[in-house]
Amino acid sequence: MWLFLGIIFSLGMLIPGKHSLKLQYDGDQVFHVVPETFQQVQHLQHLCSTLLLDLWKPQLSEDIWAGEDLHIRVPAPLVQEVKDSLDQHMISYKVLIPDVQELVDQRVPKERSSHRQVPEGYVYTQYHPMEEIYQWMTQIQESNSELVTQHYLGTTVENRTMYYLQISQPSDKAKKIIWMDCGIHAREWISPAFCQWFVKEILQNYKSDPKISRFLQNLDLYVLPVLNIDGYIYSWEKDRLWRKNRSPHMNGTCYGTDLNRNFNSSWGSIGVSYNCSSEIFCGSGPESEPETRAVAQLIEKKKSDILCYLTIHSYGQYILTPYGSTTEPPSNSEELMDVAKKAAAALQGKYGTSYKVGSTSLILYSNSGSSRDWAHTIGIPFSYTFELRDQGTHGFILPPEQIQPTCEETMLAVTTIIDYVDQKYFPDGAVMLTSSSLGLSLCLSVVLIWTLS
Amino acid sequence: MELPPSHSPATRAAALAAAFVCYRRGSPGRGLALRAVRRAVRQGIDGVGTKYHLELLLEDILDKDRTVNCTAEVFYHLGNKTTAPDVQFTIEGELKNADEADDIFYKRIKSLEKELVAENIPDSHGNVSPEMEPVRLLAWAASGYVVWQNSTENTKFQLAQIKHVKQVKRSDEYLEFDYTILLHEMVSQEIIPWQMTVLWHPRHGVQVTQDSQKPKHTSE
Repeated sequence: MWLFLGIIFSLGMLIPGKHSLKLQYDGDQVFHVVPETFQQVQHLQHLCSTLLLDLWKPQLSEDIWAGEDLHIRVPAPLVQEVKDSLDQHMISYKVLIPDVQELVDQRVPKERSSHRQVPEGYVYTQYHPMEEIYQWMTQIQESNSELVTQHYLGTTVENRTMYYLQISQPSDKAKKIIWMDCGIHAREWISPAFCQWFVKEILQNYKSDPKISRFLQNLDLYVLPVLNIDGYIYSWEKDRLWRKNRSPHMNGTCYGTDLNRNFNSSWGSIGVSYNCSSEIFCGSGPESEPETRAVAQLIEKKKSDILCYLTIHSYGQYILTPYGSTTEPPSNSEELMDVAKKAAAALQGKYGTSYKVGSTSLILYSNSGSSRDWAHTIGIPFSYTFELRDQGTHGFILPPEQIQPTCEETMLAVTTIIDYVDQKYFPDGAVMLTSSSLGLSLCLSVVLIWTLS
Repeated sequence: MELPPSHSPATRAAALAAAFVCYRRGSPGRGLALRAVRRAVRQGIDGVGTKYHLELLLEDILDKDRTVNCTAEVFYHLGNKTTAPDVQFTIEGELKNADEADDIFYKRIKSLEKELVAENIPDSHGNVSPEMEPVRLLAWAASGYVVWQNSTENTKFQLAQIKHVKQVKRSDEYLEFDYTILLHEMVSQEIIPWQMTVLWHPRHGVQVTQDSQKPKHTSE
């Protein structure tokens, strides 16, 4: 009896762990048979081996004896076939468990299905307008409140609220921070799509993915899904290829500062225009824009805890390192390049997409006032700009079919970087037992003890 | 001088070469795009200009698994803003045969009662209907001409979107389309509207007979 329950319990422990087989036992039945003759024993052995039935008692087919109890789990699709076969051979049986899954559910606390962790019905493979992204942020926090908090960052030129999401595993440990922002340039729609995908992936997999669960012990993730909210909305409503924010200049005859030329890093020196009508207008001064100030203030405040600053753009397929304003390499250039190359290799492994890696000034163009350069200058060691798919065939207007593959491959690159940062600042050789593997070993040892006693 | 293939001088020259190849080899049934720069060598010629020798990998837009090697020579004339760079190229191997697709498109347009008119290809979300795909590829090829004519060592152009296209009916065998396209220039990040008149026939290739930069109207 106890052995029996032990087996059920072990089965139950196997189910929640996503790293093991995702097994479901709906409609499976357990038969109790007592074979009376040697022919019946032979038939039952034959049935078990040809249909690959799961022997619960005895463990092995060779140990089936006439007159001894036999318990077999029959998968739902085979139940009728097995019943027919037993009837044909005049072997009497009893259905001990009419539905294995029901029993498992009773014994094991039901894990929240992954659908409940992310807003039901939210389609990550489509582009979403800002109102939907606002709603998504609220829902993400509500359905993952143990891990996610939504924070006020500031307001935009047109008075819209900027929020970022903080993903933080509750713990006594002091954590360091990974910052990621998307949508600094309005027309780069794949960028906010990636931030949303990233959050979804972390929340769906943080329990089952050993890499994610490891780094979440040490690192908090701060994600800003849309930095340039006004511009993003403008690109949905008025001009798909808008880039800048929506600050008015020259008495409202000209609009927009390039937020990625507006940060306080060699501001206004190179790769900019002082003319509002230009796409790379750097603004009236460093941090002249409320969006820039909102981001800069938070990062400045937390800079001693931020290990990694990632900013997501499109297009071009690049992982860019500092600087844009000079070809002089940053102090940790070698390490930055090594990690970026690792990330690009991981990305390429998925669909073969190749990314170029290097400093902005060498492989793209000169620019000043970029957020990434500023982050590095104030001391954040791992600062990268991502330019996502593609290389110009579609450019900014990337078809929705490419959202999923782009996000999947980029996920690999980003987690490679986060992983590296985690291992570097929190070196630890210990293997972490996940709760389910621990549970399984416990149960199996209990079962073993009872069997032996 | 050997250049790192990922560095901007190489990638800009490569983009120009690829655009030229698109113009010469593209059609409604075939689009090519630059997949990678394998090698780049730069040679300055005092008082005359700069020459780039490039080894490129091009891909077929309609069949991404299909690639061809291409060697190209690009020559930027010194100082002369009105002369387009010289481009020569050789493609190794064979491109996909587009004759059937071209003929289908040709017959379809020739048989239209009303002239074809369309806007925003692709639309904001990136969708292109199957009927418009050849119209897009024709613009892709023709824009290669505009890119070629207007490129310098400090520019990198890509076709961003077709704002408007209108067929112009002709009595001869050619098809004629009047396009307004948006070009994206990477270094300045500008979106530049451009008008181009495109002539095409399956046996005679793509021709841009007239083109001009359009003023950027500040909407709003």
